[in-house]
Amino acid sequence: MSDLEYVLQQLINALSIGSLYALVAVGLSIIFSLLRLTNFAHGDMMMVGAFATLFAQLAGLGFLPAVGVGILVSALAGVIIERVAYRPVRGAPDVTMLLTSVALTYILENLGILLFSSSPRNFPLPDWMNHLYSFADGRITFNNINLLTLGVTLLALLFLNWFVRRTQVGLGMRAAAEDLTAAHLVGLDVNRVIVVAFVLASAFAGVAGVLWAAQAGVVEPQMGFTPLLKAFVAAIIGGFGSIPGAIVGGFVLGALEVLIQSLPGDWGLSPYRDALVFALLIAFLLFRPGGILGVRQEVKL
Amino acid sequence: MKALELQGLEVAYGAVRALKGVSLEVYPGEVVTLLGANGAGKSTTLRAISGLVRPRAGSISFMGEPLTRLSPVQIVRRGIAHCPEGRRVFAGLSVHENLLLGASGRRDRGIGEDIQRMFGLFPILLERRNQAAGTLSGGEQQMLALARALMSRPKLLLLDEPSLGLAPLVVRSIFGTLKALKAAGTTILLVEQNVNLALELADRAYVLRTGQVALEGQAKELQGDERVARAYLGGAA
Repeated sequence: MSDLEYVLQQLINALSIGSLYALVAVGLSIIFSLLRLTNFAHGDMMMVGAFATLFAQLAGLGFLPAVGVGILVSALAGVIIERVAYRPVRGAPDVTMLLTSVALTYILENLGILLFSSSPRNFPLPDWMNHLYSFADGRITFNNINLLTLGVTLLALLFLNWFVRRTQVGLGMRAAAEDLTAAHLVGLDVNRVIVVAFVLASAFAGVAGVLWAAQAGVVEPQMGFTPLLKAFVAAIIGGFGSIPGAIVGGFVLGALEVLIQSLPGDWGLSPYRDALVFALLIAFLLFRPGGILGVRQEVKL
Repeated sequence: MKALELQGLEVAYGAVRALKGVSLEVYPGEVVTLLGANGAGKSTTLRAISGLVRPRAGSISFMGEPLTRLSPVQIVRRGIAHCPEGRRVFAGLSVHENLLLGASGRRDRGIGEDIQRMFGLFPILLERRNQAAGTLSGGEQQMLALARALMSRPKLLLLDEPSLGLAPLVVRSIFGTLKALKAAGTTILLVEQNVNLALELADRAYVLRTGQVALEGQAKELQGDERVARAYLGGAA
């Protein structure tokens, strides 16, 4: 295998996993920028989206309509958790909101186990999703899942960019993220802005959940935990609270993971992939808390 | 009818009582100034009027209707605009976007026209319309904050320290604008550290001391009144 082909193959892998991280991290960052809330239940919106897609398929819907249902259900779940869990503690100290989100993720995961049992279920995919593309005598391969992951992520991010820059609610989101008090004072309907933010973030998580389940081939109630943790790392190394930061962080983290795994085996580093990633997180928190993009960390008194 | 009436307003932050029964009134077309030392409760009074803090006791009514249970958004829609201390412009957003946000509570078609009117009032903002608000000078930011507040077409304008941190020349120009607003019939409740400027502009004044009204009267009569200075220094008024 020539070096170039090897690098290309790894690049495809990096883009595929990185775009998933970016998709999840963007949702975390949107919510954090508005509420200073680290929404751990964000990973569970992936689970909700994937399970809803599964059951919609079992009920007889085709794959794509079922995915549509899954995204809608996860967006709705986002609205519900905002209303039921987060709005009552809005304005409370950051720690209260953080603990609320940790409690919520336990409740949702255990609810998932209660309803669906903890054993993984097969995630049915149409044949075309697994269609394999092979180049250079099979030395570079990828399938439609990889292509779709990258394509859907890029579309979602383009949509988000348009929404935030060009719509009135998007303008409200940027204003509320900058200064929530001033947003109240100019008469912005902050509740509406926050609900829309949860709809967007949770719909993105739903999309990511379907793509994650497609890559893994299974769904399970705790499937959101690992991607959430990785997206959290991605959001921080990119610059927490910033949408471009989350995107950059997602792709950087994806590339880094693939790089660690593709290092020569006799270096013995690849088993420590996750340990290295979290060491990086600690290093960023210590030495560059603003992340790669240097996001200003405001302390509000 | 009174535009604004506070009766026995009490506000506490935890155990700290910031307002201990403040009563005041503002009539339509009047400019009333709220004076007092740091921590006397001036900003808290404005924050209570615009719904940012909930009073513990007392009442606030605007045009004869109670405000105490309304959210900040509803209060803006009733016609009260609050131009906060420290300006609080949206630094990362453009001047034009800041003005648009000032009209958040409005659904009518006159918003574009009003933006042009603000550019007429503050020509420098037209020059900077696509610049991020954070790159403006302090005086320009104050003009933007004022214009943003006016974008809601308020019946009552709450102004918190519009001269804070600005050069004397800039302060003169801001107060020139306020004078023009007053001449146009705008009702204003002004909190200001610069006592002379405030009394020059206002019709009436209240002096707050440790959360209570220590002194009130016609602005002209209070100019040069040594009781005003004493209220600042904490002596008996």
